[in-house]
Amino acid sequence: MPKVSLKKPSPSLDMTPMVDLAFLLVTFFMLTASFREAEPVVIDPPGSHSDKLLPENYILVNIDALGRPFFGISNNQAKEKTLGRMLQKYNIQLTEKQKKEFMKLSVFGVDIKQLPQYLEMSDAERQKFKTAGIPNDSLNPQLKEWILYAAQEANAVYLEAKEKAKEKKQDFKMEKPRYAIKADQKTKYIAVKKVIDTFTDIKIYRFNLITSYEGGSKKE
Amino acid sequence: MAEIAEEGGGGGHGKGKKRGKKHSARIDMTPMVDLAFLLLTFFVLTSTFSKPKTMEINYPAKPEPNENVKPPEVKNGLTLILTKDNRIFYYKGEFILPNDPKGRPATQLEETDFSTNGLHKILTELNKSAIDEINQLSEKAKKKEIADSTFKRLVMEAKGKKEALTVLIKTDDQATYKNFIDVVDELNLAMVGKYVTVDMMPQEYELLKQKTGQ
Repeated sequence: MPKVSLKKPSPSLDMTPMVDLAFLLVTFFMLTASFREAEPVVIDPPGSHSDKLLPENYILVNIDALGRPFFGISNNQAKEKTLGRMLQKYNIQLTEKQKKEFMKLSVFGVDIKQLPQYLEMSDAERQKFKTAGIPNDSLNPQLKEWILYAAQEANAVYLEAKEKAKEKKQDFKMEKPRYAIKADQKTKYIAVKKVIDTFTDIKIYRFNLITSYEGGSKKE
Repeated sequence: MAEIAEEGGGGGHGKGKKRGKKHSARIDMTPMVDLAFLLLTFFVLTSTFSKPKTMEINYPAKPEPNENVKPPEVKNGLTLILTKDNRIFYYKGEFILPNDPKGRPATQLEETDFSTNGLHKILTELNKSAIDEINQLSEKAKKKEIADSTFKRLVMEAKGKKEALTVLIKTDDQATYKNFIDVVDELNLAMVGKYVTVDMMPQEYELLKQKTGQ
């Protein structure tokens, strides 16, 4: 009798559709992703009902739960120029590599004298680095200087871009620089007030306070 | 070239004769799929979708030291005082010292909270005229009786009217940022257009100490 051999179903599936889908999703996420920027400290902003979006062009001061201020500029051109002016003022030299490293930071919170040392560190070392935030008192008003220079440079960049667009008769889309403040829920209001006073000292009165939309913490 | 899986595909053929191997059309895609999913997971986890939301707020300019600025007269005023442990006190109208020459009763602080029956209720009651007016306006805007830009302007006007509520926010050094944002949020919801953060007066500190010290 001839043996009847059952057809063994092959163990491999046709994976093509799955792969197609996977790559489609990968492409989608790659193109839409804006990376979460590494922050020196985690800040959990309070919730609110406001649904206004953060403007594209901003100068940011973060205040962590301990009240330490951190500083950042969204526009790279303005950031570079601001750094240049601050270095000149405090007579500090940075290597090209360190400058590049600085441009990668979204926000930072160190005394400018520690900046070269800070920029040489790896990410892990920076996490451990003990800092008191950017000095912000009348004897050492570094935060005020950063804000002042950044505001001037960001406005200059904005006006320059506007002029250029006008010359070429292109649509001008860039937004005016805004001033954003992001503070933790647990931050003492007095620490925020100190930063706001720094702004009002240089005649900036309008702020965007960053909140998370309806974070469940509202209305306990 | 990609490795093509063909286990046993060419084995078992006759000796000597060499045939051109028939390549199987199937490529082992497992590593590629692995990689694709790895990337997918990575991007899903690292990407942020929602941009942060913000709340716009204006602060008053600091008065020049030699300039003697008189505080504006406020008709429908409310002062909120934020302090530690998420407590919030308020009083209506202007601050009256004890032994007022006009014989008015001295200001007493009252306590409220952040619940719907607390601050929200107080604000909506005091700002009723403005809220009603804005509601009427938005009804009209819905029916397309007034243009969008007109609507926005009229809302601004309604918020800025004399009868509309004016709120002063004062905080001591124990209040948290969250309390402050909650108050501003509540003010926005109650259509209060005139609010400002100011420093506390020494007399108010005294009253607050009495209240919280108990």
